[in-house]
Amino acid sequence: MEGFDGLFFLEVLVGGLLSGVMYSLVAIGFVLIYKTSGVLNFAQGAMLLFAALTFVSLTERGISFPLAFAITFAIMVVLGITIERTVLRPLTNRPPITLFMATLGLSYVIEGAAQLIWGTQVHGLDLGIEDVPFDVSGVFISQFDLFAAAVAATLVAVLSVFFRYTRIGLGFRAVADDPFAALAVGLRLPVIWATVWAAAGLVALVAGLLWGARVGVQFSLSLVVLKALPVLVLGGFDSIPGAIVGGLLIGAAEKLAEVYLGDYFGGGIESWFAYVLALVVLLVRPAGLFGQKRVERV
Amino acid sequence: MSDPSLLAVEGLKATYVNAITALDGVGFTLARGEILALLGANGAGKTTTLKALSNLLPAERGQITGGHIRFAGLDVTRTRPADLVRAGLVQVLEGRHCFPSLTVEENLVSGGLGRGATRREIASDLDKVYAHFPRLTEKRRILSGLTSGGEQQMTAIGRALMSRPRLLVLDEPSMGLAPIVVQDICRTLRRLNREEGLSILVAEQNAAVALRFAHRAIVLENGVTVLSGTASDLKARDDIKAFYLGHKAPGPSTSVASSPPAFAG
Repeated sequence: MEGFDGLFFLEVLVGGLLSGVMYSLVAIGFVLIYKTSGVLNFAQGAMLLFAALTFVSLTERGISFPLAFAITFAIMVVLGITIERTVLRPLTNRPPITLFMATLGLSYVIEGAAQLIWGTQVHGLDLGIEDVPFDVSGVFISQFDLFAAAVAATLVAVLSVFFRYTRIGLGFRAVADDPFAALAVGLRLPVIWATVWAAAGLVALVAGLLWGARVGVQFSLSLVVLKALPVLVLGGFDSIPGAIVGGLLIGAAEKLAEVYLGDYFGGGIESWFAYVLALVVLLVRPAGLFGQKRVERV
Repeated sequence: MSDPSLLAVEGLKATYVNAITALDGVGFTLARGEILALLGANGAGKTTTLKALSNLLPAERGQITGGHIRFAGLDVTRTRPADLVRAGLVQVLEGRHCFPSLTVEENLVSGGLGRGATRREIASDLDKVYAHFPRLTEKRRILSGLTSGGEQQMTAIGRALMSRPRLLVLDEPSMGLAPIVVQDICRTLRRLNREEGLSILVAEQNAAVALRFAHRAIVLENGVTVLSGTASDLKARDDIKAFYLGHKAPGPSTSVASSPPAFAG
């Protein structure tokens, strides 16, 4: 390679990081539920699709943006609580694989229901943010990506404050640490689970809107879960900071690999590079970069 | 309320995964203001009995197959664990089970939340716990996972006290702790019993510690209550030492040497 273009490298890197934020958003939804109930909720992608589809269908019927957001959020909360009540609670104390299979089935039910209610056509979603790049001292940055990153950062900040400073947040962290002790202490686990599912519903809604605006609201949207998996493997399934950093790393690595290594493989490596990366991490650090390293005294 | 007993266990039978019998007829009562010790060897059914009292067995794929547990008029097997805590039956689990990534103070506060306490109640209860366990005061901002075993035990007991228990249930509080720390904890518990009328049920393998601490004791063997009596009576009996070691026939009275440090107090 002759002449390394630093500015170009930076542009690819920033673009990658910003698109990684979108992966992080999806991954956070998984982490919330995994931390509190030990379930890898495969239906998170279907929830994301359901949220985006509901939102779009509402706005297409002339409902204003904030109202549609509020209604969809309410529906997601109800959906989350219903899932917890009817699917997961009867299965408590079953092996994790049973719970995983239940959420796998659930994802088909949700997708089917969404299809039944809102139809199968592809919807466009316009958040009013134009996807035009602008120039920051020589580096072109997509305005939409920047907006998405800001939204994700806000969401993470809100969630962190909630979990750090509220009673229910303390309960969440307690359950995540030791569910059996939480039960013995008298914490009401159903309340905490319901809250977590509501929070996961909110994350699904926000992620669904951003992804929907990016690629259109359609059924392949639920497949973004597959992109969240390498992020989770990289960051650890039980760490929100891990999900954020994992998403950024995957986003950046994908783009950089495509640009700098793509030629050697005939291009198009962006779509599978994340999985290779995840595989390597699995070999070296099975718990992920941020996965639960139990706090232990020495 | 003519019934003086706070807790009554009768003919309790329990199994795990519907197959393994853990309890096969445990019965005892605990009067208000009493300290009762539950003695027995490994696998005698102490922990299962205690978990049954807090209705925690279902969470570990265990179930009660016979008998009754009544706590202050409640049928325990039909009451959710959280409601038992609110009714005043609070348990300190075997192995302490602090929340390791929460600070000591957050651990304590979680006990208050379990009871549904108000902010002000939590603040005043915190002061009380710190008065009982001054060592926790300086550790309040430290992650409990990083504190010592004794401090974790104090945190776990403090967390239970935050729920304002009437009956405090402790499972092997002395496990893995230095004798001096055990003594410290026992002293605090006895003061709580004396001054605030807190009833205490404690399961111990270390019969020497338990019999010095408790008013009365019962002995479990293979899931059955085999013996009960006042602490001083039981202390005088040689076969107790044999029971908690799991031997059937006690040898002549020289077997004390098996756990010398525990008898040193």
